[in-house]
Amino acid sequence: MSKETFRNTELIQASLKKRYAREKRFQLYGQLAVLAGFAFLFILLFDIVSKGTPAFTQKYLLVDVHFSADKLGVAPGAGEEELSRANYSGVIKASLREMFPDVSSRSDKRRLYRMVSIGAEYDLRDQVLSDPGLIGQRKDVWLLAHSEAASYLKGQVSRESPEAERRVKDVQMDWLDQLRDDGRTRSAFNTLFFLEGDSREPELAGIRAALQGSFFTLLVTFLLAFPVGVFAAVYLEEFAPRNRITDLIEININNLAAVPSIVFGLLGLAVFINFFELPRSAPLVGGIVLSLMTLPTIIITSRAAIQAVSPSIREAALGVGASKLQTVFHHVLPVAMPGILTGSIIGMAQALGESAPLLMIGMVAFIMDSPASVTDPATVLPVQIFLWADSPERGFTEKTSAAIMVLMGFLILMNALAIYLRKRFETK
Amino acid sequence: MFAPLPAAHRFFEDSIMQSSTVFLTLLALCAISFFVGRHRSRLIGMSAGGLQTLHSLPKHYGYMAALWAGLPALFLFVFWMLAEQPFIKNIVISGLPDDVRAMGSAELGLYYNQVVSYANGNVDEAMVNDVQRAAAVSYQNLLGYSRGLKLLLVGALALLGGALAVLKVKPELRARNHVENIFKWILFTCSFIAVLTTLGIVLSVLFEAIRFFQNIPIADFLFGLKWSPQMAIRADQVGASGSFGFVPLLVGTLLISFVAMLIAVPVGLMSAIYLSEYASRRFRSVTKPVLEILAGVPTVVYGFFAALTVAPFIRELGESIGLTVASESALAAGLVMGIMIIPFVMSLSDDIINAVPDSMREASLGMGATMSETIRKVLLPAALPGIVGGILLAVSRAIGETMIVVMAAGLSAKLTINPLEAVTTITVQIVTLLVGDQEFDSPKTLAAFALGLVLFFVTLLLNIVALYVVRKYREQYE
Repeated sequence: MSKETFRNTELIQASLKKRYAREKRFQLYGQLAVLAGFAFLFILLFDIVSKGTPAFTQKYLLVDVHFSADKLGVAPGAGEEELSRANYSGVIKASLREMFPDVSSRSDKRRLYRMVSIGAEYDLRDQVLSDPGLIGQRKDVWLLAHSEAASYLKGQVSRESPEAERRVKDVQMDWLDQLRDDGRTRSAFNTLFFLEGDSREPELAGIRAALQGSFFTLLVTFLLAFPVGVFAAVYLEEFAPRNRITDLIEININNLAAVPSIVFGLLGLAVFINFFELPRSAPLVGGIVLSLMTLPTIIITSRAAIQAVSPSIREAALGVGASKLQTVFHHVLPVAMPGILTGSIIGMAQALGESAPLLMIGMVAFIMDSPASVTDPATVLPVQIFLWADSPERGFTEKTSAAIMVLMGFLILMNALAIYLRKRFETK
Repeated sequence: MFAPLPAAHRFFEDSIMQSSTVFLTLLALCAISFFVGRHRSRLIGMSAGGLQTLHSLPKHYGYMAALWAGLPALFLFVFWMLAEQPFIKNIVISGLPDDVRAMGSAELGLYYNQVVSYANGNVDEAMVNDVQRAAAVSYQNLLGYSRGLKLLLVGALALLGGALAVLKVKPELRARNHVENIFKWILFTCSFIAVLTTLGIVLSVLFEAIRFFQNIPIADFLFGLKWSPQMAIRADQVGASGSFGFVPLLVGTLLISFVAMLIAVPVGLMSAIYLSEYASRRFRSVTKPVLEILAGVPTVVYGFFAALTVAPFIRELGESIGLTVASESALAAGLVMGIMIIPFVMSLSDDIINAVPDSMREASLGMGATMSETIRKVLLPAALPGIVGGILLAVSRAIGETMIVVMAAGLSAKLTINPLEAVTTITVQIVTLLVGDQEFDSPKTLAAFALGLVLFFVTLLLNIVALYVVRKYREQYE
C-alpha cells in the first residue's frame, strides 16, 4: 500500500515538469495571440501613416516666367475676359524651354513640360488678372510641380530602379537635380488637399467635396436616426406591452443589427431611388440608408441607457403626480442622455466609415464641386478613398493614405468624445 | 463608368424649396393653433371659476390643437409628395399621341424622362421633338397646379384641424390624456420602423429576384457551375446569354471566409482567454480597448491595406519560394478580413468565458489542475456552445463583408479552393453588377438582387442559429 502511494507520488512528480511546461506553453500562446493583434494594428497604422504623410507636403518649382504678350496671345490693354482665356500653358512651356535650352527632341520637351502641374496655369492666370502690369515682364514664380516630379523630389522614386518601370525618366531627374541644386525647389504644406474637390491630377486632388458630402450625409442620418432611435427605445423600455407585436419589433431590431450593410444599399436602390424616384448620388438618400443602418445601434444603446436609470427617479416623479409620459421626458431621458449620446456618436462613427451601401445608390461619382445641399450629387470620404485606391495613377496612393488618416482622425475624435461622455456618466 | 446622372437634380432643388415652403407654413399653423388653443382654454377656465376647473393645464389644450392641426396635414403632405410624380406621369402619358403610347414601358419611360428633363431645363431644345415639347408644357402646367393645390389643401386641412380642436376646448376635456395617447402612437410608429425596414428589404430584394428567376431558371442559378453575367447587346451575338451559376461565388465567399476564420478564431479566442484568465487587471484595461481599435477601422481602409500592401507582399513571398500567386489572391483578402474580425471574436468569447461560473474554475483548480488544464478541460468544453455561436456570428460577418473583397478579391468567378488564386464573392458581384450605368431591368442588375436575397437569408439564418445557441448557453448557467 505504502509502496503504491510512493509510486503514485513519483509518477505525479515526474509528470509535473511536463504539465508545467505545457502550462508555460499555453500561456505563451495567449501572449503571442495578444501580440499578434498588436502587431496587426501596428503594421496597419504604420503602413498608412508612412504612405500618407508625404501627401501633406507639396513640391513647387521656381520658374523664371516670361509673361510675353506674344505667347499669351493677348493684345496690350486686353480686358479681363481676354486675359482669362489667354494661353498660359504656352507661357509656361516657353519659360521652361528657356531655362533648359539644351532640350531639343520632341519627347524630351514633352517630359520637360510634364514636370509642372496643369494647375500652374490657373495660378498664373490669377496672378495676371490681379496685376495686368505683369504682361511683358519677367518674374520668378513658384509653380506647382507635377505629381511625378514631386515623387522624385520627395525621394519616393530612386535612380537605381530600371528606367522602364518608373514614370520619372532619367532626364527629368537630371533637370530636377539641377533645379534643386540651384535652390529652385521648395516644399510647402498641402493646402490644396483640404480646399479642393476631386481631380484627375493627383497633385490637384483634394478631399473638400468628399468632406462636405460626408457632412451632409451624416446630418441627414443624425436628424433621422437620433429622434426615431430614441423614441423607439423609449417605447420599448417604458410603454411596450408584452405581446406579439413587441416581440416582433425586438426580433427585427436584433436581426437588422446583423444584416450586411450592402443589403441596406440594395434596399435604398430599390425603394428610394427606383420606387420613390429620389435623386441618385445624393446625400439625402445616402443619409436615409445610413440612418436605417445605424438605427439598431442607437436603439440598443439607448435602451441600455434608459434601463440604467434608477427606478427611484421614475417612482418619485410618478408619486408626485406626473404622467408616464412626463416622467419619461422630464426625468428619465435627461438622466439617460449621456448614455444615449454615447451610443449615437458610436453609431454616427460607424456611418461615417461606411461605404458599401453608398456604392449601391450611386455615390461613387467623380465629384469636383462641393455639394451645396442634400440633393446635389456628392460623394463621401470613404467612397473617395475607394475611388482613389482604385485609380491607376501612382500619385493617388499617397492621397488615399492621407485621406484615410483624415477619416481615422475624425473617427478617433468621435470615439474620444463618446468615451469622455461615458466617463462623465459613470462618475455621476 | 462613374459618371453621375445629370437628370433632374435642378428639379429636386426646386421641389425642395417648394416643399419647405409648405412645411414652414404647416409649422406656423401648428404654432398658431397652439397659442390659440392655450389662450382659449385659459379664457374658458377663468370664466368657469379659475384654471383649476380645467382637467389639464392650458398648454395641454395648446398641444392638442397643434397636433390636430399638424398630424393630418402632415400625412396629406407626405402622401401628396409621393403620389405627385406618378400621377402627373399618368396624365401626361395619356395625353400623348397613340403611336408614342404604343411603345414598350421601358422605352416610354425613357421618352417621358426626356420630357421631364426638358421641362426642368436640363436638356437642350434640340434634343426633343414637338410632341415632347408639348408634353413638357403640359407637365409644367400640371406640376404648377399640383403645387398650388398642395399648399392650399395642406393649409386648409391644418386650419380645419386646429379650429376643430380649439372649438372642442371644454373644462372637462381630458386634453393631457389625449395628447399623451397620440404621443404613444408616435413612439410606437418609431419602433415599428424596424419592422418596416425588414419588410422593405425582404420585399425589394424578393420582387427583383422573382423577376430574375422568370428569366433564369432557379435551378440553373443555384446549381450552375459557371458565372459570367455578360448579356448580349444584340440578340444574334455569339455567346448571347450570360450564365448565372451561383456555385463559384458561394465557394469563393466560403474560401475567403474560411481563411479569415483561420486567422480570427485562434488569435481572437486565445487573446480572450489570456486577457480574462491570465492578464492583470491593468494590462487588460489597456490592451482590450487598443485591440478594439481594429473593430473601429473602416472596412475601406482594410480594403486599401489588403490591395496595396498585403496582396503584393504575399505574391512576392510566394514567388520567392517558387509559387505562383494571383495578385488578387483569396489569401490576402481573407487574411485582412481575419484581422478585422479578431476583436469581434475576442469580445464575444470574452463574454462567454466570463459567463462560466467561478465554481467550476475553483473546483478544477482545487483538484490540483493547472490553469491551462482548467481552461482546456473545464472552461472550454463548458463554453463550447457559446463559442460556436460566436464563431457563427463572425462567419456571417465575413460573408456579408463587402469593401475588403471589392478592393482585394478578383472579379472573375473561378471554381477553386486554392487560396493562392483569385476568386470572387457574392458581395463583389453585387457591387460590380450595380455600380455604373445600368438599365434597371436588365437581367444583370436583377441578378444582383437575387444574390442579395441569398446573402440576406444566409446571414439571417446564421444569425438566428447563433443567437439561439448563445441564448441557450447563457440560460444553462443562469
